[in-house]
Amino acid sequence: MLKFIVKRVASSIPTLLLLILFSFVMMRLAPGGPFTSERALPVEVLANINAKYGLDQPWHIQLWRYIEGLIFHLDLGPSFKYKDRSVNDIIAQGFPVTMTYGLWSFAVAVVVGMSLGIMAAVKHNTWLDYIAVGISIGAQVLPNFIMAPILVIVFTLWLELLPGGGWNGGQWNHVIMPVIALSTSYMASIARLTRGSMLEVLNSNYIRTAKAKGLPMRTIIFRHAIKPSLLPVMSYLGPAFVGMVTGSVVIDIYFSTGGMGQFFVDAALSRDYSLLMGITVLFGAMTILFSTIVDILYAWLDPKIKL
Amino acid sequence: MISINRKKMDEVVENLSNVDLVEGTSLWQDAYLRFRKNKAAVTGFVLLVLMTLLAFIGPYFTPWDYESIDWSLIGNAKDGGAPQIANGHYFGIDDLGRDIFARTMQGTQISLMVGFVGTAVAVFVGLFYGAIAGFVGGRVDNIMMRFVDILMSIPIMFVIIIFFVVFGRSIFLLFMAIGMFAWMDMARIVRGQTLAIKNKEYIEAARAAGVSGLRLITRHVIPNLLGIVVIYTSLLIPSLILTESFISFLGLGIQEPLTSWGALINEGARTMQYGTPWQLAFPISFFIVGLFCFFFIGDGLRDALDPKDK
Repeated sequence: MLKFIVKRVASSIPTLLLLILFSFVMMRLAPGGPFTSERALPVEVLANINAKYGLDQPWHIQLWRYIEGLIFHLDLGPSFKYKDRSVNDIIAQGFPVTMTYGLWSFAVAVVVGMSLGIMAAVKHNTWLDYIAVGISIGAQVLPNFIMAPILVIVFTLWLELLPGGGWNGGQWNHVIMPVIALSTSYMASIARLTRGSMLEVLNSNYIRTAKAKGLPMRTIIFRHAIKPSLLPVMSYLGPAFVGMVTGSVVIDIYFSTGGMGQFFVDAALSRDYSLLMGITVLFGAMTILFSTIVDILYAWLDPKIKL
Repeated sequence: MISINRKKMDEVVENLSNVDLVEGTSLWQDAYLRFRKNKAAVTGFVLLVLMTLLAFIGPYFTPWDYESIDWSLIGNAKDGGAPQIANGHYFGIDDLGRDIFARTMQGTQISLMVGFVGTAVAVFVGLFYGAIAGFVGGRVDNIMMRFVDILMSIPIMFVIIIFFVVFGRSIFLLFMAIGMFAWMDMARIVRGQTLAIKNKEYIEAARAAGVSGLRLITRHVIPNLLGIVVIYTSLLIPSLILTESFISFLGLGIQEPLTSWGALINEGARTMQYGTPWQLAFPISFFIVGLFCFFFIGDGLRDALDPKDK
């Protein structure tokens, strides 16, 4: 097990380096630097600015400095557009917001999705099952950018119950719509997966044996059926996490929550390469970390997997 | 002696030539029959064909095009811009006075095209990558698949957005970028299947007959993978449409005056508090119906082609 963990963690390092290299090369390939504006700067000024940000150095030195700063000081460098602010400052401001509703969404998607799936499988071919299947089929065409305006129409414009945006320090009524918008489609996928694998498990021989022994249904489900039926769901958690991280961009834009997504899109539109890259590296690192954890959990849950 | 044999042989020939041959059903005929029985899938298919036709023919039935502005209604979208037949704005106008019907048709064209062209790129790359990795095996396979693993644990959406920022936004790039970052799943599936196929007897026979290399892959391996590729392709199309819509919703994808479902939904969502709900309602309906169709078709194809179910 320990060997597996070490191996898995070690293999995630080149992934991160490749991501850094890839985004770095793309930024440098861009025609025109980050300081080319419509009104051309005097050559001397431009040279000074480039020197200040280290852009006058050859590529490999720039790349090395970036990686060095990242590893030894966890420093993502200065922002090119926001003067006097480093990428770290901006992340420190936006990250807590993104994490707050991101974790809530993840929890809601997993808990509601699994419960819905298990319920549908246990009550197979009853109206409960049909409702659950209906919800999960309907919700798969409702990604976050569709859910967000629909929620605002219903809860803000018609019912006037919830504020249509803003964050207000994470007050519950500002968090609720982002969480629903972000989690719905993943909730649906998790419910479908859980239902499918739970049905398969419930039809297997050892469950029949457990029933024959006279175990109560509750014990059968919670002691015997749940663990194996969650394995396929586990392998979906990685993609779901990535989807939520990217989805947070929509949430931040649409609900003006002030999270990382807003900065990302602003950076993309204003060509603030260092900020763009910093956020990509941060989200990439989170994704890689998360998929590593999921893999380890998976190996721990599934005795059949080769360590 | 000889004559008896002669007689028997004639009989055999007679019998054989009169037998009605039992028509064999190929995998594809079988799949077609089963797909036809699946009502949801057939409905989805018909709806999708209708929607496609509407998207390409519809623009000829309206006096407005997707970028011209109706100056008589500009600034008055809330009161005068509601959907009506009389002035030719079947779906109403947007806040800039442009016809929503024409824009929705144009957006549908782009979204469908992104779905199909992007998928074509992804399938082409993934099919060859996976087939080669699986077929060659060994160290090559190891390195190729490790590379796929690495790509898959990167949040691709960010990379695509960076890609647009760096190389500028054009329709060609939109198709390419989305397809170029979506082939990894396909490569994995194809590799797994290739590993299973490559030790089959008919591959050995082909090899014995002197077929080798790329020809073996294109003539003997890939045709036998097609079932699973078709299933996966039908699921990839909606997911690429989703990707494009997502990026366009953020205002980073398609460029004005061209539009797509995501961009239209974005505009509709931004302007809905001005009292023009039709600007959101029509694009969102097209989006939802379109995706539903694709998902049902995908489900139908999976049921029809998955040999597990026979």
